[in-house]
Amino acid sequence: MRERLGVTGIGVVAPNGTTTEDYWAATLAGRSGIGPITRFDPASYPARLAGEVRGFTARELLPSRITTQTDHWTHMGLVAADRALADAGVRLADLPEYEMTVVTASSSGGTEFGQKEMTGLWGKGPDHVGAYQSIAWFYAASTGQISIRNGMRGPCAAIATEQAGGLDAVGQARRMLRSGARLALVGGTDASLCPYGLVAQLSNGGLSTQSDASRAYVPFDEKACGYVPGEGGAMFTVERIDGEREPIYGYIAGYAATFDPPPERERPPTLARAITRALEDAGLRPDEIDVVFADAMGLPAADRAEADALNAIFGPHKVPVTAPKTMTGRLYAGGAALDVATALLSMRDGVIPPTVGTTDPVRSLGLDLVLGRPRERTLRTALVVARGFGGFNAALVLTK
Amino acid sequence: MRRRVVITGIGMVTPGGVGTKATWEMLTAGRSATRLIKAFDASAFRSALAAEVDFDPAAAGLTARQVRRMDRAAQFAVVSAREALADSGLPEVDPGRIGVSLGSAVGCTVSLEEEYVVLSDAGKRWLLDHEYGVPHLYGHMVPSTLAVEVAWEAGAEGPVQLVSNGCTSGLDAVGYGAQLVAEGTVDVAIAGATDAPVSPITVACFDAIKATTADTSDPAAASRPFDRTRSGFVLGEGAAVLVLEELEAARARGAHIYAEVAGYAARSNAFHMTGLKPDGREMAEAITVALGEARLDPTAVDYINAHGSGTKQNDRHETAAFKRSLGQHAYEVPVSSIKSMVGHSLGAIGAIEVAASALAIEHQIVPPTANLHHPDPECDLDYVPLTARDHRTDVVLSVGSGFGGFQTAMVLAKHEKGDS
Repeated sequence: MRERLGVTGIGVVAPNGTTTEDYWAATLAGRSGIGPITRFDPASYPARLAGEVRGFTARELLPSRITTQTDHWTHMGLVAADRALADAGVRLADLPEYEMTVVTASSSGGTEFGQKEMTGLWGKGPDHVGAYQSIAWFYAASTGQISIRNGMRGPCAAIATEQAGGLDAVGQARRMLRSGARLALVGGTDASLCPYGLVAQLSNGGLSTQSDASRAYVPFDEKACGYVPGEGGAMFTVERIDGEREPIYGYIAGYAATFDPPPERERPPTLARAITRALEDAGLRPDEIDVVFADAMGLPAADRAEADALNAIFGPHKVPVTAPKTMTGRLYAGGAALDVATALLSMRDGVIPPTVGTTDPVRSLGLDLVLGRPRERTLRTALVVARGFGGFNAALVLTK
Repeated sequence: MRRRVVITGIGMVTPGGVGTKATWEMLTAGRSATRLIKAFDASAFRSALAAEVDFDPAAAGLTARQVRRMDRAAQFAVVSAREALADSGLPEVDPGRIGVSLGSAVGCTVSLEEEYVVLSDAGKRWLLDHEYGVPHLYGHMVPSTLAVEVAWEAGAEGPVQLVSNGCTSGLDAVGYGAQLVAEGTVDVAIAGATDAPVSPITVACFDAIKATTADTSDPAAASRPFDRTRSGFVLGEGAAVLVLEELEAARARGAHIYAEVAGYAARSNAFHMTGLKPDGREMAEAITVALGEARLDPTAVDYINAHGSGTKQNDRHETAAFKRSLGQHAYEVPVSSIKSMVGHSLGAIGAIEVAASALAIEHQIVPPTANLHHPDPECDLDYVPLTARDHRTDVVLSVGSGFGGFQTAMVLAKHEKGDS
């Protein structure tokens, strides 16, 4: 018999709530964190909206020694990790040091820190690059800092599969838990809301140029026009559950990842296979899934591809589908991690949070979208779907 | 029941040359590729040295479109993957049963910096001018692009991921790839790592912490692991990609088997992002666990492919780790660092070292530690100075150590025909 892996603690830092409960209250109330970019003047760019995390002051939450040597992305990861551990109520001193592992997803590293240091280098010269660039910018920075802060000496990892990373980090942590680790601190955050981050994102063709914050990111809508970028994410503790102990939130029941062939190969996409495999891995039939947290890219072709995959497995209108990320924007490595947290909170409270902004869903997509307000329902299971730029697909099944 | 995993194909792009053959010849000749940086004018930098690849992407078989689209690190990875796949003679496989696990510490930094220079008008503008961005700029910002390119090359439709664990990325990516095969998620894993970090920002950031050597007096002898005159590591670049298969399937198709990935483990020191405690405790733990997974006694290790970065703290740290994990046998087993020749290519080097370890088993030769003329009295093991050694090499331990405090160990074992 396979071991049970339970999620015992959650820590959220999101644009519409800088703590788990604030985020959850805002999400159920349909309160969005998307607004005009304030971090810098976006007037010269075609996309000027973002889900910025406001009211989060890293210096009040972390030692200044750590905040000066890390990027904003790592600040949020460290705080989310602290909160997940506090929420789980685990006493780290009671756990063997080599049986604690950290796995984070990282999509683009310390972009803002890196832009500052490159400004020093190119604007002033090689002596103007600081000592912390080498440890702040690289993709493993959050994982390393979280490991050090909490004395976790097991295998640690940083996984980069763009926006699928939050789920693939869970998949990797599960391997570590199956090969000896007892507790994993897993999830992802991201923060690329600096000029270089935004300019790079503009080149991927996915950003919405709508100026109305309530209409800019409307997946599955007739007027779907791209997505709004955001920052933040979530970390959670996953523990091997021995014996009778009940975890607080739920179990990691199934996971699978696939990769799409490039368009010129003319082979079918593979998202449906990822979902099917995750269901098989969980030992569940499609009709046993109570809610789907969609990837919800917000571009018509991508929305259609996701709907096709869901319909192929569940049948049209058979399962409620939602995308609360319409209230945060897409958080890259933090996005799917936050969806996992949201799905677990939904199961806890028996309520599906809404998709906001989408008011005129494309009927032919055949989705039972949870729109406008939350839907109360007993939830024993949830499926989280994530995709990453280039062809990454991942699916995670959670059970109560 | 875990399936056994073997290496059936190897591809390399290193400062020793493009291709596995050129690299192995250079490593066993004890020839160093470190030199004054040619990629850009590095005269204003503290460390103006690197082990660079003389690489012509068109000659290496990439199309003009691939060259335009791909960062240098992606080019290395794709050329390596192509060589590894050809070397393996892999027949047509269900694409869904092929996975990719590629490591990289710093992703597409060369392109990111080049684009930054254009968009910022050489550091003059904070609000970058997006009108000058290349269409694939976003692909440079996300390191996952490297795994995408390799997946396209291999036709993989199973799990694909980029592993970015700093300087242990390469070893860990091979370890995760082996796990994918062992657990049965895929039948074939394309696993390896790539990095092309020789760019001003990367050179400057290591300058700032004085991790790299500033000694340019004899560029070819600049990387001196375990030598008491060592003065820091020398940045390198390159890639290595392996084809990993399930043992029985590889045997059934008559594949050439270089070695079995017999054990793998990683630990973290939770101590400091760049500092190491001299006791080598966590690396020793990783070694012990990896040997346990391989069901091998410490005395079975025939050769240790060391991290050997050429910093005093590393050399002493891992020397202590070998003694702590292998006991008396640490004094009897040859240990060498190929970073003395190919430099430290950050995330890539772990995969290059695994490939070199597999070749050591294949050829029963231990590559040397070049430039080791003045042994550090505190490093008192057999570091195979200067010249390669004919040696029975059936079990190799390869280790890595990196920023973040990560420590990784992998055990490769010779696979005998009929062995089961």
